[in-house]
Amino acid sequence: MKEKLSKIRLEALEQIASPDANLEEIKIKYLGKKGELTAVLRGMGALTAEERPVVGQLANEVRESIETALAEKMKELQAKALDARLTAEKLDVTMPGSPAPVGHIHPLTRAQRELEDIFIGMGFSIAEGPEVELDYYNFQALNIPENHPARDTQDTFYITDNILLRSQTSPVQVRVMEQTKPPIRIISPGRVYRSDALDATHSPLFHQLEGLVIDKGITMGDLKGTLEVFAKKMFGEETKIRFRPHHFPFTEPSAEVDVSCFVCGVKGCRLCKGEGWIEILGAGMVHPFVLSNCGIDPEEYSGFAFGLGIERITMARYGIDDIRLFYENDERFLEQF
Amino acid sequence: MLCSMGELKLTTHECPGKEENGILILDEDCADRLGDDIRDVLMLRDTTVEFEITSNRPDCLSVIGLARETAVSFDRPLTVKAPVVKGVGDGDKIDNYLRVGISAPDLCYRYCARVVKNVKIAPSPLWMRMRLRASGVRPINNIVDITNYVMLEYGQPMHAFDYKMLDGAEIDVRRAGDGEAFKSLDDVDHTLDSSMLVIADAKKACALAGVMGGANSEITENTATVVFESACFNGASVRVTAKKNGMRTESSARYEKGLDPENCMPGLERACELVELLGAGEVVDGIIDVYPTKAEQTVLPFTPDRYNEFLGMNIPHEHMLATLTGLGCRVEDGKIYVPSFRADLGCMNDIAEEVCRIYGYDKIEASYMNAETTLGGRNDKQIFEVNTESALVGMGLSQIHTFSFISPKYYDKIRMPADSALRRSVVISNPLGEDTSVMRTTALPSMMETLARNSNFNNENVRLFEIASIYLPHEAANELPDEKKVLTLGAYGNTDFYAMKGVCENILSLAGIKGVTYTACTDNASYHPGRCAKILTESGELLGVFGQAHPLMAENYDMSMPVYIAELAFDEIYAAANTKKSYKPLPKYPATTRDFSFVCDEGMEVGAIEGVMAKAGGKLVENVALFDIYRGPQLGEGKKSVSLRVTLRASDRTLTVEEADKVTKKILNDLKFKMGLELRN
Repeated sequence: MKEKLSKIRLEALEQIASPDANLEEIKIKYLGKKGELTAVLRGMGALTAEERPVVGQLANEVRESIETALAEKMKELQAKALDARLTAEKLDVTMPGSPAPVGHIHPLTRAQRELEDIFIGMGFSIAEGPEVELDYYNFQALNIPENHPARDTQDTFYITDNILLRSQTSPVQVRVMEQTKPPIRIISPGRVYRSDALDATHSPLFHQLEGLVIDKGITMGDLKGTLEVFAKKMFGEETKIRFRPHHFPFTEPSAEVDVSCFVCGVKGCRLCKGEGWIEILGAGMVHPFVLSNCGIDPEEYSGFAFGLGIERITMARYGIDDIRLFYENDERFLEQF
Repeated sequence: MLCSMGELKLTTHECPGKEENGILILDEDCADRLGDDIRDVLMLRDTTVEFEITSNRPDCLSVIGLARETAVSFDRPLTVKAPVVKGVGDGDKIDNYLRVGISAPDLCYRYCARVVKNVKIAPSPLWMRMRLRASGVRPINNIVDITNYVMLEYGQPMHAFDYKMLDGAEIDVRRAGDGEAFKSLDDVDHTLDSSMLVIADAKKACALAGVMGGANSEITENTATVVFESACFNGASVRVTAKKNGMRTESSARYEKGLDPENCMPGLERACELVELLGAGEVVDGIIDVYPTKAEQTVLPFTPDRYNEFLGMNIPHEHMLATLTGLGCRVEDGKIYVPSFRADLGCMNDIAEEVCRIYGYDKIEASYMNAETTLGGRNDKQIFEVNTESALVGMGLSQIHTFSFISPKYYDKIRMPADSALRRSVVISNPLGEDTSVMRTTALPSMMETLARNSNFNNENVRLFEIASIYLPHEAANELPDEKKVLTLGAYGNTDFYAMKGVCENILSLAGIKGVTYTACTDNASYHPGRCAKILTESGELLGVFGQAHPLMAENYDMSMPVYIAELAFDEIYAAANTKKSYKPLPKYPATTRDFSFVCDEGMEVGAIEGVMAKAGGKLVENVALFDIYRGPQLGEGKKSVSLRVTLRASDRTLTVEEADKVTKKILNDLKFKMGLELRN
């Protein structure tokens, strides 16, 4: 009987190991109810009491070894099958992806949002106002009376004698100052209009972003500090700024503000035309006339204002050399942003 | 190669010599300089420095003004010599020649005059001509050159009249008569009005004050006696006069910025000094000086600590004193006496700027605002706009920016009805051109232009959006128009009506607007009459319109392919938006679905079927959704098969088959009696 069991084990393991083994059949043949091992066990009644436990133990060992061999073989076959499937499923990863819809934010909006977020981080809110504006808000309230020579620098589109297309977003500042008590900390981004013929560097419509801060004890140093933070955030931590004296009717003192060229440092390159600096801002301390005009006491409060052209910054930022591209909206241009 | 003087952009005014047959013949005194560099002989080696003078500093439109700035900037002494006129001393007096009156003292603050007799008109000396040329002024003759030279040196515009052309030996500074004729020096005829100031004799206008002299009293080769004028006029008046007559001159550009009346006399004296220096004539004794009201001197407190506090700097007081003194102020007993040529200095800020700019803007220390904390950020509407932009970009649309002004013809191009109220636009009175002459009342033309341009560039599959303002005028012309934001969508290529509708639906869904209905719109001439829908809120407010562009409109833009557009009222969508989110518990009990298929006429709207089904099903209906539309020969011409799935669910229990069947029966019943629909076999 022992020999029989050993033979069964040998045969079974041989069959399991064969490459074309049918595991289910083998299982039934040896371990099934009518299987060979079962048949042997049934014949155990004929054995002596001493032999029985010995043979029984051997039979169990044989069963276990067949079961283990079956399980291992099963695992091996499954792994092989998975390998085969994965091999068959191989894709050409160099083929293009299926097009997913993707749109692009306009570069001017992209730059504007970035500028807005920098100032929002410094506690500024965003103020808006009409583009078709009263002469009063665009000029007179800003210390530019009728026939003032400063009007020449901003050739303005007029609707009637006292209604115009705003030539700057400063009227928004005046409207805010009229309606709000200090502290005031706003930026006013938006469209402005000047009667310049369209060419590579001029557009009769462009975007400005102006800022205004009014509070007690605001200094010209604060203006410089605020613009320095802005310049570093916008153009990189290495950026420096430079103030040059200038004149704007609505600020006093006034300054033109340059940033160190973010391409070359201050060495001079094509972008900065060899200057090392790029003019990007006009700024100054709000003129006391403007404050008192808006009902704010210049003895008690002071403040600063600044303004920049969004197109100019966007062009410098992305190396765009023609302002008309912004308004042509060629898909091949838009999809680069 | 040889080149002529003309090719070198020179004239004999600037060169010692004369031109014959295109060849420059140098003066004889150049003979011993044979072999020298011609640039030295012609004195062409001068250096020109250009300054950008801001409009508040007319005093710097002069050599003396710039010298003062230079002296202060480099901390050097400034010396200005006062002109000295010898005079003839022959007993002749100016009173024998001229009387001057100012009839319009509001426009003329001061008028000074001197007379020069026995004038010898000749070219001015080379040094003077070279200096004028370097300053961009064309030399004419000694008398005219002297007036220009004084203007450049002192910043005081001057004029010279030919005395014999002045009728009645008098000058009156008066307003012009309405319609008065005047011919300027450059032989242009002008018609004047009473807003303009003229220098007139007893009979006629001889100069347009501060702008240009008249042809009638021009200095000529035969001029023997000259009247020099050195005056101060109202800046705004000169500006308006120059503008109205279309002639901005060196003189008017200075006057319009507001000149110093105190500068009239030194300028006049300098001119006469130059006459004597050049031997151009004899200066008659006596000066006419009509000066009705002398302006009071500006006196400001000298508050150095306040300047420092305001600037956030620490400029030494002595430096401030030196700066102000160098700029011509007198500082005494805590007061600043501002010189008359600095009319721009009127308050603390002005003084702070002066002490700061001379000390150096580069020395301003950057600081952080030591002020009340403010909570910045975007308001709800601005956030909504940013979110809408992001959503549209995520849906595959690209953003565009287009001009706010258009041509009124564009309304025709989009087939806007002739009687549409939107044809009334805000009109620009001085547009650059017809194409940009009115403020748009719709952004559709700009979108169509942009799509057409992209199509011309052979860009395939273009999908665009713009959020921009439209400008709706009021009846009254003196009122500002309403500015409303609109969202315009446009697409062509791999897209269709339902793709455009999907974008609109998403926008409204992101805005949290519920119960929106879409109704067919057949009467909007910009759109395909069978492929256009209006979007309405539950209360019937119009949120927008979208669909396929009318082929005739597309044709107006040379587009033959289907074009899809949407015009959404952004402000109204924001007003209807419900962006507050709240959590609704997830369903605990399973849903039951029932599918329905009907054959119906092509014209029957799915929306109507859905509506009847939802209503019939009552509150157990969670959703009604179209899942198939089929058209085929076995259905017959003009028929379609519509398949819809109804999802039923109760929040508090699992629906029994009986309950679901009951609802199904009710739905079928209503479809049969309200719409005549029966289940497809």
